[in-house]
Amino acid sequence: MYKGGRIIASLVVFVAILAFPFFYNLGKANAGPVINVPTGSQCVEPVAYMRANHMQLLNQWRDEYVRQGKTVYVNSQGKSFNINIDTCLQCHYSNSSTTSATAVSHPAVSTTGASNPAVNTTEASNSVVNPSDQFCVTCHNYASVEPTCWSCHNLPEGANQ
Amino acid sequence: MKAFYSFLAVIVLILVAIIGGSIANLHFFFGIIIPYVAFVLFVGGFIYRIIKWGRSPVPYRIPTTCGQQKSLPWIKQAKIENPTSALGVIVRMASEVLLFRSLFRNTKTELREGENGPQLAYGSAKWLWLGSLAFHWSFLIIVIRHLRFFLEPIPVALQMVDSVDSMLQIGLPQIYITDLLFLAAITFLFLRRVCVPRIKYISLPADYFPLLLIFGIAVSGILMRYFDKVDLISVKELALGIATLHPVLPSDIGAIFYVHLFLICCLFVYFPTSKLMHMGGIFMSPTRNMISNNRMVRHINPWNHAVEVHSYAEYEDEFREKMKKAGIPVEKE
Repeated sequence: MYKGGRIIASLVVFVAILAFPFFYNLGKANAGPVINVPTGSQCVEPVAYMRANHMQLLNQWRDEYVRQGKTVYVNSQGKSFNINIDTCLQCHYSNSSTTSATAVSHPAVSTTGASNPAVNTTEASNSVVNPSDQFCVTCHNYASVEPTCWSCHNLPEGANQ
Repeated sequence: MKAFYSFLAVIVLILVAIIGGSIANLHFFFGIIIPYVAFVLFVGGFIYRIIKWGRSPVPYRIPTTCGQQKSLPWIKQAKIENPTSALGVIVRMASEVLLFRSLFRNTKTELREGENGPQLAYGSAKWLWLGSLAFHWSFLIIVIRHLRFFLEPIPVALQMVDSVDSMLQIGLPQIYITDLLFLAAITFLFLRRVCVPRIKYISLPADYFPLLLIFGIAVSGILMRYFDKVDLISVKELALGIATLHPVLPSDIGAIFYVHLFLICCLFVYFPTSKLMHMGGIFMSPTRNMISNNRMVRHINPWNHAVEVHSYAEYEDEFREKMKKAGIPVEKE
């Protein structure tokens, strides 16, 4: 091969770049995000809807509250909720001092597959999620999605961005 | 017609993926096995093609430059167009790979009605260059962005790419600039092949198919992000499972995700067999990647047959005594 050394060296670099994710994750566990999900109760809307559209719902709430002065949201099943971030925090955030039963951690990965933190509400363990990682943070960090909420709003006490 | 067959092929692939995505028993096959197989075929095929090309003989420099060769001291050399140093070659190759220098010089030819009959006219044609540049760079940034599904924790640089790409902050989820550019560019590249008669004439299914396949990938990805949303956390679990070599199969990813994934796998498998190999091939362009020193340095054909020579000095050494006896003059006594 003419100038084979350079070609093979380039190929090695190329394959190394392609295999970068494999090396980067070497030996790491595929641990999904851990969030507070209360058992037995439904969020503002059904889980599937919330998972796909929570950001739009928050925007909608913002517009209704700030621009139209509406303070109550009626969900698809006719149930009313206060339009307030505290409505979210009630279930999805718990201060470490108030170790309540609502704070439940869910290992997002199980070998059987079919695991999702937001859906996996049945198997309740008593471990409490670290308050600084609660609420939006774990999932959003996991998916590298940066919410713009905190450019105006204060974070819940003890939480980090 | 050629475009239609390619379109049909992509539709068939999408249908296969929809079937795979909607039957839960096939999820393991479509979600884990096919991606691994596609990755291995891509890497293997890519290496095979490059090695095969690398074995082709490149005996001499083939300078097709448009710059002044190094000559007399008072003639200014074009150091990048006609480089005599490795640095010049690196700059030339970099401008080729990163900025598509050759394509920038693309010209169009037209027959115009002049005063004395038709006249041949040349003009600059930058649209193809612009479209390709937008397409390739968007594609690269999109691929880099997708690393967020394969890496945990996500490097800061990757988050920065993400936030710069979505800096317009339009809509929720925020629209990526590269998504828009990518769609516009690929639409342009496709329409160019369909609308310009001369280009349509030379276009083959192998030209249409990758465009349509990539278009399908882009559209399915955009649908998945903005419209028929899938569960991002499950997607990342699957991707990270693949990257950690401990695959897990989340149960509730939408069928549209499998369409996206399957089309990407098809692209990966198709890649080494197709013109898309220009990704590796561009580095092996013989007219671009060699120092233009044809006459400065003696180049010997590497496969020249070894010829046994018998120089005069050796001849004289062998026959000196006989030559002297016969009275023939010798150079060395």
